[in-house]
Amino acid sequence: MILRALLLILLAGTALAVEPGEILDDPALESRARDISKGLRCLICRNESIDESDAELARDLRLLVRERLVDGDSDDEVVAFVVERYGEYVLLNPRRDGINLVLWAAAPTLLLAGLGAAGILLVRRRRSAGPDALTAAERARLAELMDE
Amino acid sequence: MVIEIGHFALILALAVACLQMVLPLVGAHRRWSAWMAVAEPAALLQAGLLVAAFAALTHAFVTSDFSVRLVATNSHTLKPMIYKVSGVWGNHEGSMLLWCLILAFFGALVALFGGNLPDGLRARVLGVQASIGVAFLSFLIFTSNPFIRLDVPPLNGRDLNPLLQDPGLAFHPPFLYLGYVGLSTSFSFAVAALIEGRVDAAWARWVRPWTLLAWLMLTVGIALGSWWAYYELGWGGFWFWDPVENASFMPWLVSVALLHSAIVVEKREALKSWTVLLAILAFGFSLIGAFIVRSGVLTSVHAFANDPERGVYLLAITGVFMGGALLLYAARANAIQGVGVFGTASRESALVLNNVLLAVAALVVFIGTVWPLVAELAFSRKVSVGPPFFDASFTPFFMALALILPIGAVMPWKRARLGRIVRAVWLAAVGAFGIAAFIWMIGTGRTMLGPVGAFLGSWVILGAVSDLWARTGRDRSGRLRRATRLPRSDWGRVVAHAGLGITIVGISLLLAWEVEDIRIAEEGETFSVGRYELTLTGVKQVQGPNYLSTQAEFQVARNGSAVAVLRPERRIYPVAGIPTTEAAIDNGVFRDVYLVIGELQDGGGWAVRTYIKPFANWIWSGAVIMALGGALSLSDRRFRVAAGARRRGIRVAAE
Repeated sequence: MILRALLLILLAGTALAVEPGEILDDPALESRARDISKGLRCLICRNESIDESDAELARDLRLLVRERLVDGDSDDEVVAFVVERYGEYVLLNPRRDGINLVLWAAAPTLLLAGLGAAGILLVRRRRSAGPDALTAAERARLAELMDE
Repeated sequence: MVIEIGHFALILALAVACLQMVLPLVGAHRRWSAWMAVAEPAALLQAGLLVAAFAALTHAFVTSDFSVRLVATNSHTLKPMIYKVSGVWGNHEGSMLLWCLILAFFGALVALFGGNLPDGLRARVLGVQASIGVAFLSFLIFTSNPFIRLDVPPLNGRDLNPLLQDPGLAFHPPFLYLGYVGLSTSFSFAVAALIEGRVDAAWARWVRPWTLLAWLMLTVGIALGSWWAYYELGWGGFWFWDPVENASFMPWLVSVALLHSAIVVEKREALKSWTVLLAILAFGFSLIGAFIVRSGVLTSVHAFANDPERGVYLLAITGVFMGGALLLYAARANAIQGVGVFGTASRESALVLNNVLLAVAALVVFIGTVWPLVAELAFSRKVSVGPPFFDASFTPFFMALALILPIGAVMPWKRARLGRIVRAVWLAAVGAFGIAAFIWMIGTGRTMLGPVGAFLGSWVILGAVSDLWARTGRDRSGRLRRATRLPRSDWGRVVAHAGLGITIVGISLLLAWEVEDIRIAEEGETFSVGRYELTLTGVKQVQGPNYLSTQAEFQVARNGSAVAVLRPERRIYPVAGIPTTEAAIDNGVFRDVYLVIGELQDGGGWAVRTYIKPFANWIWSGAVIMALGGALSLSDRRFRVAAGARRRGIRVAAE
């Protein structure tokens, strides 16, 4: 009994990510809420979305998202509302504007640069020496071997 | 007393490392063989001293000697023995000691198995290796000394973070460090080669087994960490693009690139300077990883040391080693000219493409990881870069890699003919299409993830089989005999590639078909999830060795026949005051049933989360198979026999 009481005290306030009570009756709305939650950061956690987090704040945000959806907001409006309140830091998917364009352009740009460099290397390699050309040292060694 | 011996051994190891750094390098430069000869005994001695230091610290943890500060803050008498031992590296100081031990261990391995290396190269490799040792040992002794005593020892310790009290995580760090630190050997070989100004096929052959060893340990380490996250964090995620995960993933990507480009150097004497650069960068990413984890500049789940002083020191180490090595590279790279010539359609070209994709992928992960820091410091913009960015930016690279892999693997060196390649892989392509079509049909059709992933995965697996098939010749008789006689490195390649395919199938089908169910269940209630019926038979309180637990019992059935009894728990560790969820998982080849018990609800009943996770185990099995392929390749005899036969006579290499 003491054990049970202790457990209840200690476990109070530690909830599991999405609680059964939070789930909306409308499955379509709920699925939208889940998708939105996965893209919002739990601000006091370390690199967790509010969908995964057990924190109180994440729970509040999940409820907020659902409230707005029930009130008829579109997905973008909900996200905009949360960003207005908590700043852009809350977005796990960084916006594609301003200096963030550098981030988003990194992958394609670097890939093109890498492919370009590799292409130049390949073409040069083919031009600089015909296939299977021997270096002077190799020719000398070959002659040596032929003499033996 | 034992602690003081350990402390003393640690300081002595630093002194030995200093000697091992200076004497062999000077000796190799001046060709004084007596000075060069210091390297091997010094490497062995340094490793021996660090074993002694590590043993002393382990002794303190095992005997719960709370007069040692580290033990008092990270251990507890009630903790099970295995976690007393793993507690040694479950904290910043101890894990840094393990890091140094492994660094010295690799040095000792080079000393023991490097008998076939030329004296100068061996002395330089060990000298460079020791310089890394000096940096980290002084970091350990001056900023993070694990042997500090307390004036007033407490009666009991503060316990290890309960999340770390787990078999998966107990062995995750040692493997990870064997990987991270193992790459230091490739780095030392690269720097030694730059000092000598000479990179040839023999060098590549010496460097490859070390990279292979480090890579396979890193693979196992990452897989263990991911598996742990899957069953411990309570909702079955396996990869989060967390900065610390990225810190281990970047060196992994670069070491894969290095493994492949070193083959080109070994077989064709091309891509030499690029390979040297990769060897430097692979360890560079390890150093950056150490900085990210231990400085706490990027907040993350794992960071256990949030100390600016340590961060600055680690940044300095990273800067000195990377700056120094890259300067040396800039000065010497011209001296290292490739000689091998190859056509545009050739295995060399395929491997170049592999390297471009892997290197760029690693860079993209790097940029994404440090972007929040850059954006805040330079542009005062506080942003997060989370999984959506990485999924979008990284996935195309791996799709492209998976696409070209089976083709590249059957391409011949120098010049390839299209007809022969098509003959070798068309069956694999048809098979993969068939499997993808089947997946498309039985799937819900909501996403393309399942079919596309299944196609790529089975294309890679079947491609590996065709690779093996092509290797065993054309006529049917004696194929099996020829297969058993193939070099182990051929088997290693096929097995590792197949492992990658298995992981791809696992990830994509899990993400495509996962089923989640969240509900309130009363005791005795039966509900169904997917094709399974679950009954909550009871909930009871259980007392563990150092925790209290709420344990639920579920009967899992399918079509009325019992499948398993699962007991998910919620634990509380009173000493550390941290609750954990222990999911109960029924593992299967094609699906896991994953159960988590939540809180007792106000209106009665328990919060229950159920997941059906298809193909989950394929993710980690694939990684283990990849590592197995690496081990097979490592056991190839050409790494042991005649590895030292640097071509005599011709000096075409790097002069």
